[in-house]
Amino acid sequence: MTATVRAPAQSTGQVPGPVRATLLVVEGLWTWYRRHWRSTLVSSVLQPLLYLVAMGVGLGTFVDAGGRGARTVPELAGASYLQYIAPALLVAAALQNAAGEATYPVLSGFKWQKNYWAVTATPITPHQLAHGSLLWIAIRVAVSGAAYLLVAALLGAVAGPGALLALPVAVLTAMAFAAPLAAFAATTRSGGEGFNVIIRFVVLPMTLFAGTFFPVEQLPALVRPLAWVTPLWHGTELARGLSLTGVPPLAALGHVGYLVVWLAVGVVVTRWRFRVRLTT
Amino acid sequence: MTQDLLTRPAGEPAPPARTGLLLRVLPPGLYAGRARMLVERSLLVNRRMWLVVFTGFFEPLFFLLALGQGLGALVGGVTGPGGESLTYAEFVAPGLLAASAMNGAVYDATFNIFFKLRYAKLYDAVLATPLGPMDVAIGEVTWALLRGGLYSAGFLAIMLGMGLVGSAWALLALPAALLVAFAFAAVGMAATTWLRSWQDFEYVQLVLLPMFLFSTTFYPLSVYPGPLRVAVEAFPLYHAIELMRGLTTGAVHWGVLGHAAYFVVLAVLGVAVAARRLGRLLLR
Amino acid sequence: MIEDTALVRARGLVKRFGDFEAVRGIDVEVRRGEAFGFLGPNGAGKSSTMRMIACVSPRSAGELRVLGEDPDRHGPRIRARLGVVPQQDNLDNELTVRQNLHVYGRYFGLPRARVRAKAEELLEFAQLTDRADDEVEPLSGGMKRRLTIARSLVNDPELLLLDEPTTGLDPQARHLLWDRLFRLKQSGVTLLVTTHYMDEAEQLCDRLVVMDGGRVVAEGSPAELIRSHATREVLELRFAPGGQDAAVPLARELADRVEVLPDRLLLYTGDGEAALAAVQRRGVQPVATLVRRSTLEDVFLHLTGRSLVD
Repeated sequence: MTATVRAPAQSTGQVPGPVRATLLVVEGLWTWYRRHWRSTLVSSVLQPLLYLVAMGVGLGTFVDAGGRGARTVPELAGASYLQYIAPALLVAAALQNAAGEATYPVLSGFKWQKNYWAVTATPITPHQLAHGSLLWIAIRVAVSGAAYLLVAALLGAVAGPGALLALPVAVLTAMAFAAPLAAFAATTRSGGEGFNVIIRFVVLPMTLFAGTFFPVEQLPALVRPLAWVTPLWHGTELARGLSLTGVPPLAALGHVGYLVVWLAVGVVVTRWRFRVRLTT
Repeated sequence: MTQDLLTRPAGEPAPPARTGLLLRVLPPGLYAGRARMLVERSLLVNRRMWLVVFTGFFEPLFFLLALGQGLGALVGGVTGPGGESLTYAEFVAPGLLAASAMNGAVYDATFNIFFKLRYAKLYDAVLATPLGPMDVAIGEVTWALLRGGLYSAGFLAIMLGMGLVGSAWALLALPAALLVAFAFAAVGMAATTWLRSWQDFEYVQLVLLPMFLFSTTFYPLSVYPGPLRVAVEAFPLYHAIELMRGLTTGAVHWGVLGHAAYFVVLAVLGVAVAARRLGRLLLR
Repeated sequence: MIEDTALVRARGLVKRFGDFEAVRGIDVEVRRGEAFGFLGPNGAGKSSTMRMIACVSPRSAGELRVLGEDPDRHGPRIRARLGVVPQQDNLDNELTVRQNLHVYGRYFGLPRARVRAKAEELLEFAQLTDRADDEVEPLSGGMKRRLTIARSLVNDPELLLLDEPTTGLDPQARHLLWDRLFRLKQSGVTLLVTTHYMDEAEQLCDRLVVMDGGRVVAEGSPAELIRSHATREVLELRFAPGGQDAAVPLARELADRVEVLPDRLLLYTGDGEAALAAVQRRGVQPVATLVRRSTLEDVFLHLTGRSLVD
């Protein structure tokens, strides 16, 4: 076994273009996923489905009984409670999963595993690494969301073809929240204790109060604006509207615009934080 | 819907041998009667992590406010264990009390102990002192319990303030919550000794989440068709919720003692298995 | 793109972090095919220099050309032709050994088939073929290090940067690693190594610079450095506690130069045995004596007044 590695006068390495470089980062993450996807199934697909069954089917029997829900919530006049929460849980689960992927795994790339430094020692730039990491989260969320929608349709939770449009809305909402979070993770130097606080005091309350299980009109007038500023509320309104009753174009434009601003700011800051941390 | 992520951490001369009741059934050398050392250590570590500890209290509170108040308007009244009509908040609050006792105890016992076991190698250092695996098991479970007890007491106080407590029996809900937490922590700790990697925590989720959602936390057993009812009645959390709901609504009968006995058995089994497994893992 | 014979050329290279100047204007030239070393204690500025050459840390002042190009403007193009072995392994612990090589090769824009073939060659080279399908996490330190080196070769780099390649490894693992690096050098790869071990520098480097406090304090081949900054031989004297001070005047009389260390005296002289005989003739009684050849450690001690490794 006398292996030697011959060094040619010219290295075989090339500089991939910006798009290809981004896709190569995605490919690297895909290699991880191919090996470990089973361990992500519960939180990405099963969790929202279990909530859908428990709340939509189980608790839904009380909401739908005698048209109780329909007296307070207009959308429930033409749909079951199961169909009411199905698109909202799609968006909420997408956002939660994206938030999870944008925090600890990103911090690990910088702090524990440090493999981000390995990547940027190659022709891949920090910006391309940031793009690829975010794109990967979006792809993951889209695939989980599609799997969820499929099972939800089998359970009769999907009211009509409009629900297909809820999927891109879910991905947009998830990334609108995850991109700024990735920027925060890229800035974090500590062990990530701040992530717990964000998950407990932002993500969880957002899921519970910003329209997933009941309309924000049920909240005291004073706290309603808190729900309105969350990306989740905009995504939920849009996804639910598209799935059940349709959304007025101007309102749809407003929701999408708001989410795009969050996403754009998040991407710009993430790029910046990646570059600063990886090239000092 | 969130995971309680880990709180990350970092002796005295040998005590005289003691032989308590529980100890006679355990091999000698496993217990030095110094479990409180582990509790003191957890207190020290968590004094710096107060934010994480403090925030854990809010999770059930958020659920209570959202479901009890917000969703309650859509749900209306629910029939309680004694056949009386309850508001949805009155119904769901004891369910959340039991569920948070379970979640808090299990996550504390699994995430933290796994981290200390596999990464921080804390127990290797502890076992180099006169302390034995039994001290570790009881000490860590007690810590999980103290934390769970604080949360439960706070949650009960809020229930009282919101007028969701219908009986003086509710005073017993606190010790009941501690018992439930102890049992779940012990079982969780025993289970942790079999986990190999962080990815295996998905299995913990796989057990806890359906239990949280389907053990009559959010709606009564009557929703389920016959065979499913039997399955739900087999969930440990179902017994915890029955216990709590009986106490806070005042529908107390002899069956409540049965539910309590269930958790005493679970706790004893959990601690015994955890100590034996830790001994096997650490003292080889 | 004009390529001169120097793969790295630095003039007045400076790196500042806020007020702190880690590299204070160094001149370095690395030629194709040689093994070049940066020798110095921790904090000498070696790693900062390496990171600038690796095009992941912009220079604060001065000139730098790597493979004939400016790192600030053509970072990706230069990095495509470099191999980098960082001080701390940054492998993907949750992938297998082979997957680490595959994924990394792809970052260099290599076609899949080429990466697959190259990975097998590198597994063999790093003696990791048996562990190819295991995850990285449970591997030993030496194996991880070899994998990191194998990974850095996936693009057939013209210049390989190794930052403290053997720090923290046991002696056996170090020798295996040196053997692999020696083979690379034989096959024509230009090596750039930082180290604070003088044996490593002597083993691997054709030429080196000694760095201290962000500056280059000497430059040359190991033999040249020893010749110009130390005598041929060294006599080491150890005394019973309290006995050393009294012997210092005599030592100064007998040797070209004397270094007083906390636990021993070093007498630099052309003939160690003769000096030892003289010491004994004068009735001085050390508890232990050693005559040895001068090393880079002595060069460093002479240049900076301090030891390389504390």
